[in-house]
Amino acid sequence: MLLTQPSERVGAVPVAQAAGTPPGRRVRLPRRGIRRLAGLAWILPALVVLAVFVYLPLVQNLGFSTMEWDIYSGSQEFIGADNYAKLVRDPIFWSSLGNNVLYAVISLAFQVFGAIVLAAIIEGIRSDRWRRSLRAIYFVPSAISLTVAGLLFYFIYEPNLGLLNHVLEQIGLAAWAQPWLGQESTAMVAVIAMSQWQGFGYSTLLFAVAIQRIPSELYEAAAIDGIGTIRRFFTITLPLVREMTGLMIIVTISGAFQVFNEVMVMTSGGPNNSTQVLGTWLYRNGFVRNDFGYAAAIATVIFVVTLAIALVQLWINRRRRVEW
Amino acid sequence: MVTRLSFAGTVGRVFVWSFLLCLVVVVVYPLTWMVLNGFKTNAELFGNPFALPLQWGWDNYAAAWNRGVSNYLTTSILVTVTSTIATVFISAWAAYGLTRVNIPLSRTWAAVILGGLMLAPTVALVPLVKMFQSMGLYNTFWALLILYTAFRIPFTTFLIRAYMIDLPREVDEAAEVDGASRWTAFWRVILPMCRPIIISVVILHILFAWNEYLFAMVFTSGTEMQTLPVGLTSLMSKHGTDYPVVFAGMVIAALPVVVLFFACQRYFIKGLADGIGK
Repeated sequence: MLLTQPSERVGAVPVAQAAGTPPGRRVRLPRRGIRRLAGLAWILPALVVLAVFVYLPLVQNLGFSTMEWDIYSGSQEFIGADNYAKLVRDPIFWSSLGNNVLYAVISLAFQVFGAIVLAAIIEGIRSDRWRRSLRAIYFVPSAISLTVAGLLFYFIYEPNLGLLNHVLEQIGLAAWAQPWLGQESTAMVAVIAMSQWQGFGYSTLLFAVAIQRIPSELYEAAAIDGIGTIRRFFTITLPLVREMTGLMIIVTISGAFQVFNEVMVMTSGGPNNSTQVLGTWLYRNGFVRNDFGYAAAIATVIFVVTLAIALVQLWINRRRRVEW
Repeated sequence: MVTRLSFAGTVGRVFVWSFLLCLVVVVVYPLTWMVLNGFKTNAELFGNPFALPLQWGWDNYAAAWNRGVSNYLTTSILVTVTSTIATVFISAWAAYGLTRVNIPLSRTWAAVILGGLMLAPTVALVPLVKMFQSMGLYNTFWALLILYTAFRIPFTTFLIRAYMIDLPREVDEAAEVDGASRWTAFWRVILPMCRPIIISVVILHILFAWNEYLFAMVFTSGTEMQTLPVGLTSLMSKHGTDYPVVFAGMVIAALPVVVLFFACQRYFIKGLADGIGK
């Protein structure tokens, strides 16, 4: 991959001039043009890789979503908007979308708002060592992969050897024990709960960093004025981590619409498709049922949703810049 | 050290600390359970999930290792190392070109490269499968190397670019006076100055590549080419009843990144903060 070696000199004097020729426009311009073009070599690898493997597939996906396509036999047939019509009539598409929304809502509650409160509590601890240790301990689940965390919770939820049911029995709540991932009513919430366990330390860490940047004079002044802890949280901490909060909300929602790994590992979308999300439903239709056109249509929905979220973020950023 | 929020009152303090410690248990206990289960036999596992292993042996680890984990680990290390190198260099070049070289349509190129940040990998999945099959790259090491690099270039370039923009112009001028070519100036002057952000992006990329699942699952099959995350799920489905071996495999997969985190926590935290904060 190391094929570009732009080797012209930093702002070197144009050769014509250096050679003693008067700096005539006719000589200088083309050379400068060539040199500026040579500068493109620096960004060329990135551009080529992105064009071929990110942007091209994105465009192709739109095309594929208008086709009836069997990848094994290679047969392709243009069917217009039929895949999208099928999408609208597919109840599992809608329940998948609903699960993504549920994912987003619960993650916002725990990984954004819960994390702010937790970070504020941690940063309020006097002992530096405790602050550091707590942040590190809470982060560990985010360092292990979603796959490992998902498998771990698959076992924790397992009815026979699982920790959860045994713990419930020990504390006298045996009646609550149930096959968490095996029944439609609890499976989705159980998967989402695992994801909160895995991710809350990550966002807590980021909010802790944001809170550390708040000047401590603000808290001192408030303390002198006799303003209580909880009011200080609402009047100082919360407004001053607003930027990070905004960012985390966007990242969390966008992530919730791309969920795949944990569902695949824990339930593969079952039981009875109750834990399907857009990502796993796409996978199932494309790679299990061999209906790639339909999978591409689902991908387009994910594309539109995530792009819309990203554009909202850009819009907010721009507006904020104007405000400043 | 002035605290930011202090909880007055014994009741408040007791409440807060019991909450924090409960949370520690909720995090640590499942992880401890996972490690302990890697030492148990199947009978012990089903007998009493709370008990300690009767014998501490490495049998399950050896079994996991021989049933594919050694291959998964090798592939994971290979893919992580190569894609980190490729991503960081291509992104650093791009960041240098966008911030310190006068190139035509600079803003447009920046928008094209950074715009990739907005695109979800899932969306490109179907066409990529077709593309890689026709290129003969399906189920090869190259598939993962290319995908892990391509989809992380926007993010990595974004971070390095933000850092390079703030480096003073005088640096380039000094290099120029010394007669350094652009290529030399990049390697000898600019890149060393970017050390802090390079460490951050390297850590972020390792975290990503080591744990990535979607591409690894779709683009590889068979023990030879699978990475750890996908390999673990195959271990599970192939030897589904031998759970302690699966637990041992999970520990092997989780350990490197956890160790990396504790070994360079400071950089890790800085990296994550850079990753989202700027």
